[in-house]
Amino acid sequence: MKTILAFIIGDPLADGAVPSTGVSARLTVFVAAAMAFLAVFALALSLTAGRLADSWADDLAQSATLRLPADLDQTNAALRAAVNVLQTTTGVASARVLEADEQRALLAPWFGPDVPVESLPLPQLIEILPDDTGYDVAGLRARLQAEVPGAVLDDHGAWREPLLAVAQRLRLLGWSVLALIGAVMAAMITLAAHAALAANAQIIRVLRLVGARDGYIARAFVRRFTLRAGLGAAVGAGLALLVLQAMPAADVVSGTGTHFGFVGLDWIWLLAIPVLSAIVAFLATRVAASRRLKEQT
Amino acid sequence: MIELDNVSYGYGRTALFSGLSLKLVPGSFHFLTGPSGAGKTTLLRLCYADLRANSGKVRLFGQDAGNLTRDEVAIVRRRIGVVHQDCQFLDHLSIAENIALPLTVADRIADAQNNLAELLAWVSLGPQAGQRPPELSGGERQRAALARAVIMSPDVVIADEPTGNVDWEMSQRLLSLLIELNRMGKTILIATHDLAMIRSVKADVNARVLRLSRGQLVQAGADL
Repeated sequence: MKTILAFIIGDPLADGAVPSTGVSARLTVFVAAAMAFLAVFALALSLTAGRLADSWADDLAQSATLRLPADLDQTNAALRAAVNVLQTTTGVASARVLEADEQRALLAPWFGPDVPVESLPLPQLIEILPDDTGYDVAGLRARLQAEVPGAVLDDHGAWREPLLAVAQRLRLLGWSVLALIGAVMAAMITLAAHAALAANAQIIRVLRLVGARDGYIARAFVRRFTLRAGLGAAVGAGLALLVLQAMPAADVVSGTGTHFGFVGLDWIWLLAIPVLSAIVAFLATRVAASRRLKEQT
Repeated sequence: MIELDNVSYGYGRTALFSGLSLKLVPGSFHFLTGPSGAGKTTLLRLCYADLRANSGKVRLFGQDAGNLTRDEVAIVRRRIGVVHQDCQFLDHLSIAENIALPLTVADRIADAQNNLAELLAWVSLGPQAGQRPPELSGGERQRAALARAVIMSPDVVIADEPTGNVDWEMSQRLLSLLIELNRMGKTILIATHDLAMIRSVKADVNARVLRLSRGQLVQAGADL
């Protein structure tokens, strides 16, 4: 911590030995700001996709639906039999028959709020919630087939898996974009550092003539680029945050409660962007300076 | 202290000198003369490891300069103060900061507080301490370069044409400063083409005068 503080504060005399080069300074700050701005959105995409995937994985994995065909004869008897089967199945915590209002709510997005569900040949739905141990899906299907012919047990697996895969790919895409942004930033800062080192070739020569070691010369450049990148990234992340706040707080997928952006501890990532940018700049400038000073003997 | 043993050096295919030997013992005073283009500056640069010999050995304080890493060269240079012909200042720094630069780069800036004022007074540059190098006259710049060369209290002081751009009076003043350093035990090597200047101080210092001509280093004759 003491070393980091000393690095940030720096030595004014040592820093003064190398003059600030205007173009590379502005370029570094701009690149860091732009990359941090993009990184915030890539991060938001990744984190949102992650939350979505987790939400689908958790919520949908915890429930299943039993569907009794509408044209099934003796619906009430079938319903009782189905509920009986479910209540006597190990691992089923509850089996709840959906009311007409709930069915109406499910259909409302497509047919409006006044659907006469009572007069429509709609299948009867039973929501099944498992307990902590869960139930044997294949075993339950076999029992239902024997005792309630025509009943269909839907554990949501058929459509949950592709959605989960999409969400996970989105999350991976977000992290890949972040890695790409980091790499582009490192490349741009390397170029800027090389330009600054080349522009200061005569100064480096004088410093060497008076006994400066490579580490001393590199330190002046590394510190400057690290702080500029950190500052630029803080500005870029701040601007991105303002844009995110200005966006409408709509669910990414209606009804899932998942907003595009940062939630809870996600904000730590936002704070980490300037720090990570500074670390990228530190490493990129250090490598560039080391290489350049080796060539410039 | 500084020893060149059978050293050859050339730029491209042109050999500047070959089989050249030189030994600077502690406390000695040497003038290096020769016509322009003879290789005086090149020889000096070999002496502070700014160039590497094509063949032969350059020993600096007992170490083979050819085997030194860049950081080791930096450490060796802290023991050799150099007054460059073109001064080699950093124009964005003040004269005081330029003079203190060797201490700054050696992370010994605290020492500058004690030495700097004394050193500025020694070269009579106290009032100019805050000025930038381009604002100074040639003589003032040379004196500032000399102050920078000695701020680390080096064992050897090498000066490349220190009086090249100054008038007679100033050249005498600079030489008297170098002689004073020699009396303090420093080893001095001065490259100059100004024979009149050497003659003027011969009585004040026990100097060895070497002449570099046609790739050979010889002791200058009594005619000097």
